[in-house]
Amino acid sequence: MEKIISLENVALAFDGETILNNISLDIYDKEFVTLLGPSGCGKTTTLRIIGGFLEPDSGNVIFEGKKINNLPPHKRNINTVFQRYALFPHLNVYDNIAFGLRVKKAQESEIRTRVTQILKLVNLSGFEKRSIGRLSGGQQQRVAIARALVNRPKVLLLDEPLGALDLKLRKEMQIELKKIQQSLEITFIYVTHDQEEALTMSDTVVVMNNGDIQQIGTPQDIYNEPINAFVADFIGESNILDGVMRKDFLVSMHGHDFECVDKGFNDNEEVDVVIRPEDIKITTPDNAKISGTVTNVTFKGVHFEMSVKSENFDWLIHSTKAAEPGSKIGMNFDPFDIHIMRKTKVRCCDNESE
Amino acid sequence: MNQNKKGNGMLSYLTASPYILWMIIFIIVPLAMVAYFAFTDSNGQFTFEYIKSVGQYTNIFIRSIWLAAIATIICFLLAYPVAYILTRLDKNIHSTMIMLVTLPIWMNFLLRTYAWMTLLGNNGIINSILGFIGLGPYKLLNTQGAVVLGMVYNYLPYMILPLYTVMIKIDKSILEAAQDLGCNGAQVIFRVVLPLSVPGITSGITMVFVPAISTFIISRMLGGGSNLLIGDLIEMQFLGNSYNPNLGAAISLILMVIVLIIMTVMNQFDGDDDKVLI
Repeated sequence: MEKIISLENVALAFDGETILNNISLDIYDKEFVTLLGPSGCGKTTTLRIIGGFLEPDSGNVIFEGKKINNLPPHKRNINTVFQRYALFPHLNVYDNIAFGLRVKKAQESEIRTRVTQILKLVNLSGFEKRSIGRLSGGQQQRVAIARALVNRPKVLLLDEPLGALDLKLRKEMQIELKKIQQSLEITFIYVTHDQEEALTMSDTVVVMNNGDIQQIGTPQDIYNEPINAFVADFIGESNILDGVMRKDFLVSMHGHDFECVDKGFNDNEEVDVVIRPEDIKITTPDNAKISGTVTNVTFKGVHFEMSVKSENFDWLIHSTKAAEPGSKIGMNFDPFDIHIMRKTKVRCCDNESE
Repeated sequence: MNQNKKGNGMLSYLTASPYILWMIIFIIVPLAMVAYFAFTDSNGQFTFEYIKSVGQYTNIFIRSIWLAAIATIICFLLAYPVAYILTRLDKNIHSTMIMLVTLPIWMNFLLRTYAWMTLLGNNGIINSILGFIGLGPYKLLNTQGAVVLGMVYNYLPYMILPLYTVMIKIDKSILEAAQDLGCNGAQVIFRVVLPLSVPGITSGITMVFVPAISTFIISRMLGGGSNLLIGDLIEMQFLGNSYNPNLGAAISLILMVIVLIIMTVMNQFDGDDDKVLI
């Protein structure tokens, strides 16, 4: 795979407030990359820099080997699906989609062919004459995607495109978007704060927080091997405990020593220990090193979500078996379910501007 | 439920009644009286005489329409970029800028127009300055140009405000989408901003053209005796030496019909309203 976009030490501040803090990122051709993070983490800013709507204070934006830092959006072979669609209210569906081709002075006959083709791809054949105001949210979404894709960009940027849709429609569109991306072989750069969406669609997930990239990896990597407590907490639910690494493959937490599969830490280094709620097995109290009292049980459909209070920690457990609230249970986990992370200072994300 | 609805209907009818009363007394009745005078002579006899005699003032009608149209076009050309730039400015200074735009309206209309007389006169400030560099004096006052200038100066804010109001509502992301799809700055304006601001354009044109076509102060003060407009003509029939309210009413009525026709034609460009909303 060849690199299509590279960000090299890109930094940006507004009014002295750091939005992006020296980020570097390579995006490969035909890849589905998701920028994932809480609001204010800089993901939309990163997307706008790639789209050409913002210019970084320092660093380079490289597109197909050329520096494009101050190339205006209309000269980039990149199209965007905007957060609230940004369709042209004075044009109907057909004219919205044809807009980009008309600006580029394409032949009307070619425009017709391409618009018809793309409408079929997004399942909106027959909607050509419909005015934008008379479309549902999901249909507007499809028009926005079609309007961008009809220009055959090298890269498609999507800024939380499914945010305004209801859950069921969102799930359908996730699958559809992934299908479109694979069939057209276009690089997608997707911004979302929804970790499930990121895991479902992406080839590569870029987890961001406070203007820094926390981790880049496949969805499996990010979920199974989160690099720090922030990533672990943001990607799915987690139990994050303070621990001390006794030596390689042995960690101490919650007053007990546990075997684990991690090494390479200093002896007695303080670490974060992450255990996923679904990795905790319920057993009888005398069969486990840690036991606690069940305080709350919620049925979630596929599993039960349980809160368990032990001596000095509140545990979250996902299990297909429910325990009685108030009962005492033991909690077991396998060595490979214990994830050890270096302590990082996770700065609080109080900045909402992006 | 049903009763509730009925009650609301009654209530809204009641709350509207002061305005309906106002409208009847001060709009409908006077209009009917204008029409009555236009079609009667001084003895109250029905006649077409005055309506017919309006024909002899065709020149003045054409001049009025022409000057008002030029002033409206100039207002539009000046106001459109101003309104667009206003919307691109930082939100915090919007209200200040709007205040500056409307500031001239706060000054008395007569005073403003008098000021132009002193500026444009043969011994006025402009000719004095030109004199310093060895030019002029030019005849600036009592020309059609001065009348148009007066109209533009006085009515410009009424063009800027509706344009600004419509443009500020255009979502910034729509402009970004246009850029994203290949538009340079000018293309964004012609392909997106302009079509989306059509409602502002039509109301701006209405708010400038209608008062400009019927003005009499501006033409009297800046146009001298030779650039009579319809407004002056009407005024003369009521307050001047050639006192003739029946003719004045007839001229007013025909002016109204002309304005109505022009506005109807223009509103055709407004197109499908619900398309241009948002």
